Amino acid sequence: MADIANLRTSAETGLSTLFETARKGFGSETAISREEAFRFFEAAGLPSRRVEAFKYTDLRAAMQEAAPPAETPALDLATSAVASATAFSAIEAVRLTFVNGHLIRELSDLDRVPAGVSVSPLNEALSRGDARLKNLAPVAQARENPIYQLNTAFLADGALISVEAGAKVETPLHLRFVGAGAEGFSTATRVLVEVADGAEFTLLETHEGPNGLTYQPNDALDVHVGKHAAFRHARINREGDKAIALSTISVRLDDESRLETVNLVTGAVLSRHQIYMHVAGENVNAVVNGAAMLGDGQLADSTLLADHAAVGGVGREMFKTVIDGDATGVFQGKIIVRQIAQKTDGKMKSDCLLLSDEGQMMNKPELEIFADDVACGHGATCGAPDQDLLFYLMARGLPKPIAESLLVQAFVGEAVESVTHEGARAALIGEIEAWLASRG
Amino acid sequence: MLEIKNLVVQIEDNRILNGLNLTVNDGEVAAIMGPNGSGKSTLSYVIAGKEDYEVLDGEILLDGQNVLEMGADERAAAGVFLAFQYPLEIPGVGTMTFLKACLNAQRRARGEAEIATPDFIRQVNAAAEKLEINKDMLRRALNVGFSGGEKKRMEILQMALLQPKFCVLDETDSGLDIDALRIVSEGVNALRAQGRSFLVITHYQRLLDYIVPDTVHVMSKGLIVKTGGKELAKELEASGYAEYRTNEAA
Repeated sequence: MADIANLRTSAETGLSTLFETARKGFGSETAISREEAFRFFEAAGLPSRRVEAFKYTDLRAAMQEAAPPAETPALDLATSAVASATAFSAIEAVRLTFVNGHLIRELSDLDRVPAGVSVSPLNEALSRGDARLKNLAPVAQARENPIYQLNTAFLADGALISVEAGAKVETPLHLRFVGAGAEGFSTATRVLVEVADGAEFTLLETHEGPNGLTYQPNDALDVHVGKHAAFRHARINREGDKAIALSTISVRLDDESRLETVNLVTGAVLSRHQIYMHVAGENVNAVVNGAAMLGDGQLADSTLLADHAAVGGVGREMFKTVIDGDATGVFQGKIIVRQIAQKTDGKMKSDCLLLSDEGQMMNKPELEIFADDVACGHGATCGAPDQDLLFYLMARGLPKPIAESLLVQAFVGEAVESVTHEGARAALIGEIEAWLASRG
Repeated sequence: MLEIKNLVVQIEDNRILNGLNLTVNDGEVAAIMGPNGSGKSTLSYVIAGKEDYEVLDGEILLDGQNVLEMGADERAAAGVFLAFQYPLEIPGVGTMTFLKACLNAQRRARGEAEIATPDFIRQVNAAAEKLEINKDMLRRALNVGFSGGEKKRMEILQMALLQPKFCVLDETDSGLDIDALRIVSEGVNALRAQGRSFLVITHYQRLLDYIVPDTVHVMSKGLIVKTGGKELAKELEASGYAEYRTNEAA
């Protein structure tokens, strides 16, 4: 039988043209290989449902056209866009503001970065060939991912954040990403966070944009958590209703380190949030949570790879999806326990609450275990709100919509309960309440 | 207070109540006893408004108003309260949040202002103290990790807070040890008043030593088959339900 090659789509041809144009502007960076990343991407093209990892999120079908990389916006446009960005805004934090994927110095707190932390804009680091660039892409598997490859190829801006050894940083750093404008665009940002041994650091991340604007953000966060260090991360995706939002977190965890990350999705027509976690050191403790609350036409995909390559790691992964209208939720979670990683304790769970008859949830949990002394498990549930619980609440006087909201809130709330930063936890609960209120 | 007329109820083509009639007067404590499967719990759910049951005929009048036309939440606002046989655990919903939401929902439904937080906390603490419910329980998610006895005490706390007109206690004694039975009963007795009536459903006479009823009804096969005073409970304790089962067979 003859080989049948996929015809290149308009978006794929567009991406090649855009890359050819963009590469003329790239400096002589040696630390990252945009060329290599793009060639790998180009060879396979946009992943379709024929590719197992994208079976439920067909990017080839969803991304009709490749949007051009966004220019740095004028300051007045950026200022007005940021004025309407409210996610995590009530929290006392040091803010780095990105509008259309470009760091806006005037709207950032680069001059009041807390003690023990240093922040360098990525485009400056790229032009001067910062030594830390070699620490980008800390997890090997991520480099094989087409979304991450596109991010590397088109990388436009971001930040390098270093936290000194032993620094216990109380004030969180807030990466505020805002989309603005009238024409469609794409972005490619990369933020590297290096938390040195014994340090503690909290990162907040929000993504917001206007409804009706067709834009394609691609944001990557690379994290290296040193020995006995702690990295806490809370993220909100409140992108506009036409956005195709792609994101990747790659985390390397050293001995005795702690990771806490949660991603709450209410925005974007299509979103895919990828988490690559590499347990490189012994006795790490990782809490990886996600929650998605989706309405008509939305698809949200959470894809997780937890690779345990050291002894005694504890992993708790909890994903909650609430589906209304004809929305689709996707959870793909894979735990690998390498032969050396004895005493690994991993629990992965994906629960879905279906509020309508038209919604659907795709769950794909996988375990690959090569060690013999481990405790690993996964579970997936899917169902409508419990009618007995509903009756119990109504019998106490709560009208049905309020009773149902309370149950939904309790269901999703479990995924944000473990957030250490009190203000972030309260704000995430506020997001959940706002979604429920908007549902009416 | 409450008048049930010719109530006929089925669930999935299975007839449970067969034209039941019952009157509970203002301030009265009425007990319903009866063998398993006689329809006691169904009666409590139908009064409270559970949707799984199909009411084929009859009416339930609370102060002349037919509650069958109301949703469960509206009945609660009108003063109906069901203390569940098996109170449900609701992870993620804090007990205080839940109590306040219920109280305010009922107040709103009656056109009253929401309760001020200090007043609310004072009321909850006062009721909790009487029922020997400690502060830690109030801080936890509703009923999560509570023992059987603690759950029943939490039901009575809700009753004390919501101040309903008509309270149905569905086998509140089940799963209680002697001490818990005493605490729960004292909690109920403290709420006995003019303007409030109780329907106490139980298998055993034991509960009625603590909550002394004004009337006792025997239920069998979806009907009230005998009515008497509190001495009827003692007779049943001595003779058992055999007589009523025989009647059923006949």
